[in-house]
Amino acid sequence: MERKIRVLVAKPGLDGHDRGAKIVARALRDAGMEVIYTGLHQTAEMIVEAAIQEDVDVLGLSLLSGAHMTLFVDVTRLLKKKGMNDVLVIGGGIIPKEDVPKLKKEGICGVFGPGTPCEEIVDFIKKNVKK
Amino acid sequence: MNDLTSKILNGDPRSIARLITLTENNDPQAPKIMKNIHPYTGKAHVIGITGVMGSGKSTLICELTREYRKQGKKVGIIAIDPTSPFSGGALLGDRVRMTDLAMDKGVFIRSMGTRGMLGGLASAVYDVVEILDASGKDIVMVETVGVGQAEVDVIKIADTTLVVVVPGLGDYIQTLKAGIMEIADIYVVNKADRPGMQQTVAEVQNLVDISCSDKDRKTPVFTTVAKENKGIKELVDEINKHILFLKKTKQFEDKRRLRYEAELVEIIRKRLMNLIFDEKKLEDTIERLLDQISRKEVDPYTAAEEILGKILK
Repeated sequence: MERKIRVLVAKPGLDGHDRGAKIVARALRDAGMEVIYTGLHQTAEMIVEAAIQEDVDVLGLSLLSGAHMTLFVDVTRLLKKKGMNDVLVIGGGIIPKEDVPKLKKEGICGVFGPGTPCEEIVDFIKKNVKK
Repeated sequence: MNDLTSKILNGDPRSIARLITLTENNDPQAPKIMKNIHPYTGKAHVIGITGVMGSGKSTLICELTREYRKQGKKVGIIAIDPTSPFSGGALLGDRVRMTDLAMDKGVFIRSMGTRGMLGGLASAVYDVVEILDASGKDIVMVETVGVGQAEVDVIKIADTTLVVVVPGLGDYIQTLKAGIMEIADIYVVNKADRPGMQQTVAEVQNLVDISCSDKDRKTPVFTTVAKENKGIKELVDEINKHILFLKKTKQFEDKRRLRYEAELVEIIRKRLMNLIFDEKKLEDTIERLLDQISRKEVDPYTAAEEILGKILK
């Protein structure tokens, strides 16, 4: 049996900067994971629907516009509502330190800001993936 | 587990997605459910879409799906991208072109990595087609990886195969080569707003005119600009015509038989490979033989015979 970790990398909201998301996607690919990239301008509903169809183990959200407290939380609440409790949710982007504990409380288990080494994200996923 | 079967037959997306994962991972639970759902399969029209990378396959699929949705058909999409031979990872990016379909409950999209398969498909794709078929999809579209000249496995699974070409990729001699240019039921010249379109259409048309494989039907050549939804309705009409043609000429049964044959071979291949390479008891033998081959004490044929001898006993 060959289990592979499947990760959805998504950009909720309206900011058009996906360089960071692409770098992380590439790093996860090189770590042997199957990475599904959905592109820009996704709503919470679109992201959760894709996570269901792709049956992902991990959902990585990237947002640089400052709307993370609204949009990240929309995604985790919708996941919970759909009963998708076994998906590890992580986030990245421009996120002030004081928001991190609030995000963690809302189910975003790992938050990675600019300058995070990619290996740190890979290790975090491998250690915390739920299935 | 019977619960999962009935949920799949009712089209529940989470259950469909979960069973696909089980088959992709060669999970021992998967075969039992696959056996349960098989009697409910065979209704979906399977369309294979192949072509070089960047030819617009994903965009074309998105537009074809929107047209089928207008006609009230439910659509399943299997989008395959390559798995890295180095890391085993993959970047599956076909959804980016299908954003418009994301919220449509009548559409199910699954991205797959090839996981070691070389013919343009993924090993579990036969199972995934059956799962989507059993879940009530009227149309199942299979998008191959971006192909070169020889990845033609899509014909084993599709009722109708679309070969997508774009203007500006070499001259007439390319269309005469064996492989990808032999497998089309319909040729699609996409990105037809680009320079060189007329020449490409003429070259493909020429190829059709000089081939004499099927007397009853000449392979049609369509032009599309998928991004602008041009030529899509006409293409869907032609795809629908093709399936009627298959049924009228009894080729339909032949195609399905070919698919079951490929599926059977794939199941046996997977099981045999597991028997050899996943069994712990053969691990030492294989390691020893590899060492011996490296030292030129044994040749690969003798080594293969020893391994096969052990499992066939």
